Amino acid sequence: MNAPLIGARVARKEDYRFLTGAGQYTDDVSLPNQAYAAFVRSPHAHARIKAIRLEKARKAPGVLGIFTGQDLANAKVGGLPCGWLITDVNGQPMKEPPHPCLAQGKVRHVGDQVAVVVAETLAQAKDAAELVEVDYEVLPAVADLASATRQAPIHDGVPNNTCYVWALGDKSACDAAFAKAAHVTKLEFVNNRLVPNAIEPRAAIGGYSRADDSYTLYVASQNPHVERLLMTAFVLGLPEHKVRVIAPDVGGGFGSKIYLYAEDVVVTWAAKQLNRPVKWTAERSESFVSDAHGRDHVTVAELAMDKDGKFLGMRVKTTANMGAYLSTFASCIPTILYATLLAGQYTTPVIYCEVTAVFTNTVPVDAYRGAGRPEATYVVERLVETAAREMKLDPAEIRRRNFIRSFPYQTPVALQYDTGNYDATLDAALKLADVAGFKKRKEESQKNGKLRGLGYAAYIEACGIAPSAVAGSLGARAGLFEAGEVRVHPTGSVTVFTGSHSHGQGHETTFAQVVADRLGLPLENVDIVHGDTSKVLFGMGTYGSRSLAVGGTAIVKALDKVIAKGKKIAAHLMEAAEADVEWDRGTYKVSGTDKKKTFGEVAFAAYVPHNYPHDKLEPGLNENAFYDPANFTFPAGTYVCEVEVDKDTGAVRIERFTAVDDFGKIINPMIVEGQVHGGLAQGIGQALTEGCRYDADGQLVTGSFMDYSIPRATDVPSFALDTRETPCTHNPLGVKGCGEAGAIGSPAALMNAITDALGVKDLPMPATAQTVWRSLQKAA
Amino acid sequence: MAIRVSMKVNGKPVSAEVEERTLLVSLIRDTLRLTGTHVGCDTAQCGACTVHMNGRAIKSCSIVAMQAEGAEILTIEGVAKADGTLHPMQQAFKENHGLQCGFCTPGMVMNALDFARSHPNPTEQEVRESLEGNLCRCTGYHNIVKSIVAGAKAMGGKL
Repeated sequence: MNAPLIGARVARKEDYRFLTGAGQYTDDVSLPNQAYAAFVRSPHAHARIKAIRLEKARKAPGVLGIFTGQDLANAKVGGLPCGWLITDVNGQPMKEPPHPCLAQGKVRHVGDQVAVVVAETLAQAKDAAELVEVDYEVLPAVADLASATRQAPIHDGVPNNTCYVWALGDKSACDAAFAKAAHVTKLEFVNNRLVPNAIEPRAAIGGYSRADDSYTLYVASQNPHVERLLMTAFVLGLPEHKVRVIAPDVGGGFGSKIYLYAEDVVVTWAAKQLNRPVKWTAERSESFVSDAHGRDHVTVAELAMDKDGKFLGMRVKTTANMGAYLSTFASCIPTILYATLLAGQYTTPVIYCEVTAVFTNTVPVDAYRGAGRPEATYVVERLVETAAREMKLDPAEIRRRNFIRSFPYQTPVALQYDTGNYDATLDAALKLADVAGFKKRKEESQKNGKLRGLGYAAYIEACGIAPSAVAGSLGARAGLFEAGEVRVHPTGSVTVFTGSHSHGQGHETTFAQVVADRLGLPLENVDIVHGDTSKVLFGMGTYGSRSLAVGGTAIVKALDKVIAKGKKIAAHLMEAAEADVEWDRGTYKVSGTDKKKTFGEVAFAAYVPHNYPHDKLEPGLNENAFYDPANFTFPAGTYVCEVEVDKDTGAVRIERFTAVDDFGKIINPMIVEGQVHGGLAQGIGQALTEGCRYDADGQLVTGSFMDYSIPRATDVPSFALDTRETPCTHNPLGVKGCGEAGAIGSPAALMNAITDALGVKDLPMPATAQTVWRSLQKAA
Repeated sequence: MAIRVSMKVNGKPVSAEVEERTLLVSLIRDTLRLTGTHVGCDTAQCGACTVHMNGRAIKSCSIVAMQAEGAEILTIEGVAKADGTLHPMQQAFKENHGLQCGFCTPGMVMNALDFARSHPNPTEQEVRESLEGNLCRCTGYHNIVKSIVAGAKAMGGKL
């Protein structure tokens, strides 16, 4: 039997190809006879299209075809659908204005697609796109989120630019709690708009075969089956079995590659029109104006407490930016994935949250790493830390006074936490961060003329979304299960097919560890296949830290079926009763005897069934399973950040960043640590360096890496990590998910540290040197 | 107008007809089909396109192919041994989990190889500063820094 693999720091199976340049990302794929697409995009935030003149562009060298919104309308190509229906406070459905793949009559954000030019070479396509003449009647732009509801409507039939006003919780009970509070802490802040910026730009290659009237789409996607379902059923009206979607190696997603995008539809449709494969790869400047952005909330939040700092109620009012159109899951992010997390780790008995979602003339906003949960954590943990300061309580102590300690715990905002131990992660974080030594370090900083601050964040997240029936009752228009297939080969090696998708998370290793461990096989005897609708039976893809908790569980369920069938075969081979056969990681044994059959011997018998119970069993050893989770999983943890601020420049330096997480069971600690590191860097980016800005005319002024600053190696520290483990109670692996935690907990910890150093109540993100310096000047 | 350019790529002489405006990275990716060198931005910020030209790490998106006339180019495909054994720097990335999605990785490795030649025993801070021209969105750099420290030691100042 091979050594256990659960919990082992196994080097990744996928690394060799990535390290040698043998990875195969979408732009690396080259189909025979492929043509190239360039999109003509709006330079205006809001304008009426008066005319599009294509004569010059059509005559340009190499041009094969030019298509506009009118062509798509003529061909009855639909608009992009939204996958989640939010019902507003009056019981009315949210407003869903059309989201055409190429603009029809109007453009509504800088970068909105107006036309596509397809040519023999990329350079020819780009040259010809420059020759497309569009007459615009420029309209006033709605660029400011806070005042969007008072401006002229962007869409017909959407008064006040309001998609919905939605609420969760008991308002009158909450107001009553505030009425009897000894102290109320109130904060007003912006959760800054972010641009995801996976380093691989989006790309798509549409292909069409007249031979069998079928399509193939290569696309940088986190969920190829969902992409296919949305595109075939809602946009192109094609039968699903005629469309194959392949998401090969994908260079990071962070949410931005979940969605069905216009470019994916257009290249697929154009491939048939031209009978040529059509390839499009975003330039980075296109990514900035066409990938869905993240966050972008304006919030007023209040926390009511008794005289001992016990939380009595929380009241939150948020305006959330949807951008110009509803992206695929935009509507559920500031509602279902936000307000439901406002209990955090605390027993706050009543919570009321009201969310107004508005349209603006900006790029659509959707899930970005954490998706609603970083925004919720920022609300809760900035409030809690500020409350501690106002009530002169230790920030750890105020948290301890309010921790949930009895599970399962029903929050007042719909979720039921199955398990957790928040004292354990807090205690471990205090120790690892050497909080006891902070005072001395602060004195040392003061001697050097620097300011030092300490900040905490105790986050919770809901991952592995969720029972489909519950999601459906909340407005989800899709199921949220996952599918897996375990295909045992005659010689006992295994190929596993998963509907999850890896774009950096290392599924090919982690999932193989789970399978090899259960079957007692060496790791190299198990391969994981994902990202191709023609190979994988179905899938909902990867987002919301769901892959292992949901996708991994589907694989375990399929494995259980394989092992159970193998047991019947083994019983036959050993002439024993099935009840007497035991499975021991790779070997079937007859209890009380020395009879045994290895997994490989059983697999061989299944495929060479000469001696086989044909009257009871089919040959072969191949099982699939679908798993619909019983509940969310609830990873949680405590982050402690220590910063030093240069008073002369305002520069913030992160001296220590400590993260103690509870992800339940961990399969590969090395991969989990990597996920946390990456999440932390993105959260640190939000707090320190990243801020997407539009000017008053709706022009994106942070449209490249020259002016939108994702963290570089010198912006982040080395991290101190630890974990505590309370296994998830409702999946067989006991796992919770780890992909987003870092991005969820870190902005609040960092801003708590900076405001502590400066001695101010609040500071806007990103806390750039200039922002901090201005705050210091104001105080002086 | 098409121009003929000739150079050595990963030790092999190559020659191709390109437009004057063709970038070196396009020659490498589209003409030579060496797709390990990636394009992540249009502003020479991300470093995913880093290759060696005459022994120095350069961003292949920032020069036209003609400027590499007669040069020796090394791409990620030419770094491992002929039998497929990983170079010590590649091995260090693997052992230290210095990559996740892998898209920035070739540029990271190419930059690290150049850096490590002159820094056989670098400090963490030196490594972080050496990554000034390379962006990663997955790793938070923590394990990339560890990888390069380990890889540089293993290289001992020699490529």
